[in-house]
Amino acid sequence: MSVELATYDPQNLHLPEEDLLRSGHLACPGCGAALGMRLALKALGPKTIVVIPACCWAVINGPYPFHALGVPVLQVAFETAAVSAAGIRAALAMQGRDDVAVLAWAGDGGTFDIGFQSLSGAVERNEDIIYVCYDNEAYMNTGIQRSSATPFGAWTTTTPEPNIKPEPKKNMVEILAEHRIPYAATASIAFPEDFVRKLQKARSIKGTKFIHLWISCPAGHKSEERLSVHIARLAVETGVFPLYEVEYGTKYTINHEPAFLDVTEYLKLQGRFRHLTPEDVDFIRRSVAWEWERLRAKAAMGSSLPPPPSPPRRLAMAVSWLGE
Amino acid sequence: MKSVIKGNSAVAHGVRLARAQVIAAYPITPQTSIIEDLASFVAQGQLRATFVKVESEHSALAACIGAASAGARVFTATSAQGLALMHELIHWAAGARLPIVLADVNRAMAPGWSIWTDQNDTLSQRDTGWMQVYCASSQEVLDSVVQAYKVSEKVLLPTMIVLDAFFLSHTHEVVDIPEQELVDRFLPPLDLPLKLDIQRPGAFGNLVFPDRYMEFRYKIELAHREALEVWRQVDEEWGRLTGRSYGLVDSYKVEDADTVLLTAGTPASTARVAVDRLREEGLAVGVVRLRVFRPFPGADLARVLAGRRRVVVLDRNCSYGHHGIFHQETKSALYDLPERRRPQLVGVIAGLGGRDITAGDIAAILRKASHGELAPVSWWNVLQPEEELEAAVACK
Repeated sequence: MSVELATYDPQNLHLPEEDLLRSGHLACPGCGAALGMRLALKALGPKTIVVIPACCWAVINGPYPFHALGVPVLQVAFETAAVSAAGIRAALAMQGRDDVAVLAWAGDGGTFDIGFQSLSGAVERNEDIIYVCYDNEAYMNTGIQRSSATPFGAWTTTTPEPNIKPEPKKNMVEILAEHRIPYAATASIAFPEDFVRKLQKARSIKGTKFIHLWISCPAGHKSEERLSVHIARLAVETGVFPLYEVEYGTKYTINHEPAFLDVTEYLKLQGRFRHLTPEDVDFIRRSVAWEWERLRAKAAMGSSLPPPPSPPRRLAMAVSWLGE
Repeated sequence: MKSVIKGNSAVAHGVRLARAQVIAAYPITPQTSIIEDLASFVAQGQLRATFVKVESEHSALAACIGAASAGARVFTATSAQGLALMHELIHWAAGARLPIVLADVNRAMAPGWSIWTDQNDTLSQRDTGWMQVYCASSQEVLDSVVQAYKVSEKVLLPTMIVLDAFFLSHTHEVVDIPEQELVDRFLPPLDLPLKLDIQRPGAFGNLVFPDRYMEFRYKIELAHREALEVWRQVDEEWGRLTGRSYGLVDSYKVEDADTVLLTAGTPASTARVAVDRLREEGLAVGVVRLRVFRPFPGADLARVLAGRRRVVVLDRNCSYGHHGIFHQETKSALYDLPERRRPQLVGVIAGLGGRDITAGDIAAILRKASHGELAPVSWWNVLQPEEELEAAVACK
C-alpha cells in the first residue's frame, strides 16, 4: 500500500453488537456485499424483512434449505425489488404491523438497469421501504458484464480492451432526488458508522429511502481480497465516490470531506483500470473535480431555498414527501 | 341482491365480497373498469384494502407476490399485453405457491392492435402452474372469483378467472350479488401456513440445486391433481349456499346427442341457442363447455363425450403450426377411450380478434359437422390471403 490512511481501530467502532449475518454464507473472500449486509442488519435489527432480487445475494444467502440471515428473506424476480417490498409493506399495513422495516437489497444491475422502472414507480408512490443498492459497478453475479453503474474506462467482459466503457456512471442518487424522495444517501463499507447511522435515520423516516452503498468486488474489480475495505475508503478519499445525503431532493449534506488523494491511488489497485492511458486518467481526475463542484453547487442551492409548501392537511399522509 | 351489472363489475363485487386485502393493478382495455370499481370500493370504505397503483402489470403481479408472501389475500386483473408482460411472474406466483387470484379479460394479442376478445393471451399461460376458469356469464364470474379464493387457499395455487372481452366484460346482465355474511361463512380469512414472519425468519425462493428442484415441481403437479376434487367440492358447497354451481365441465342436451360442440367462454352460451334451433330441425346436437381448464378435467370430458358420434371443438385461439388448443386438449382426453366409444373429432378456429361467433355460425358449423362435411381442422369464415389483399387494395 502506497497510501496510509487513518484506519479505524476496531475497538473504537461504535456499532450494534448483534450480528444477523451468520457464518456459512456463500460470499467470495473480500466481498463487500457480505460486509454491507452484516452492517445493514446491525443497523436495522431483527424486526426487518429483506427482499432480494437476482444479484450476488441471491446466491450468498445459501441454497435451499440453508439461510444465512436471522431475518425473513423473500427472493424475487430481477426487476422487482422495490415493488415486491412495497407489496410486503401493503400486507403489513393491513395487518397493523408498522414496527417492521422492509429492506430491498439489490445490486447495481437490479437498480440502475432492469429494476429501474419499478424503483422509480415505488419512489413516486413514496412506498414506505428502505432500498439499498449495493453497487459493485457491474453484473458480477453473471461474471463481470458492464451495467449503467460501471464507471468510465472500466474493463468488463462486455467492454473488453480496446472497447473499454466510454460512458460515465449513471448518477442514481441524483435521479431519485429529482423524484423528491424523502431520503437518499450514498454510503461506503469503509465508513461503517456512517452507513449504520444512515440506515437508522432511514428507518425513522416514513416513505421511500434509498441508500447507494459502494462495495468492493475482488473478483470483478481484479483487486486483492485483503484490500477491499482499503479500496472502498480510497473511492471516498480520492473524491470518486462522495458521501452525502439528500432530503426531499433539496437539502444536501456532505458527510465527509475527502482528502482528495490523486485518483491513481484508487485506480492502480484495481486490474479493471490497468489499461487506462494518462489521458484517460486525466479525464477521470477532471471529471471527479467537476462532479464535486456540481455537488457543492447543488448543496448551496438547496440550503438557500425556502422549505417546500406543505400539502393540505387531509392529504398529508398520502404525500408525506412534501414534508411534515 | 339482484343487480344489472357488467361482467367487469361482477369481478369487482366478487373481490369485494372475498375481502381482498391488497390490490395491485395497472389499467388496460378491456379490464380497466374492474380496477376502477375496486378503487371506488376502497375510496368509499366498502372494501378495506390497500390498492397499490403500480406503474406496470409486471409490477402489479410483483406487488401481489410480495403481499401474498406476507400473508395477505391479494387480487390483480389484466388483459392480453398486460398478461404477457406478467409472464415471468405468472411462473413465479405458481412456483412460490401463492394463492393469488387474477382476472383476465380475454383480449387478442398485438400486432395489429386489437382490444377485442380471443383466448390466446390466457392459453399462452397454460403451462405456468396456474389454475384457469373460463366463464360464460357475469353471475358465473362473480361466483367463480369467490370460489377461486377458497380453492387457491386450500391447494396453494394461483387462479386465473377468465372472461371474454366485451361479450362478457362490458355486457350488462342480471347478477345476484350475495350478502357479505354468506360469503364470510363460505370463505374464512386467509391464514397461510408459511409466510414472511419475523418470529420465524425463513427464506423463500432461494437457489435450488438439481437434487431438489424437481421435487418442488412435483408438488405443484400433486396440488393440481388435488385441486380437481377441491374445485368440485367448493363448487358444490357454493351451490348449497346460493343455489348456483357450475361443475368443471358444463353440458347441455348432450345425453342423446349425436354431434356435440365443445368450447369455452361465451360462445358456449351462444351455442345453446344454436342447439335449440337445430333440435327443432331434428338434429341431435348438444354443447359441452369446458369451465375449469387447469387442472384439466380430462376424465370428466371423456365421460361426457364417450359414445357421441362426433365432437366439434370450437377454438377462439390457435397454437400456430398445430391446431386449436382446446382441440388438442380434448383429443388427449379422448385418446384413452375404447375405439368404439371414441368420437370422431374435428376442430374449428373462429372468432379471433373479437370477430363475432353468432348462433347462425354455430348452427352452420354443427349442421356441416352432422353431415360429416367438416375438415379435421378448419378456419371458420376467414378470407384467403389473396382475397384479403384484394379487399385491402379496394379500400384505398
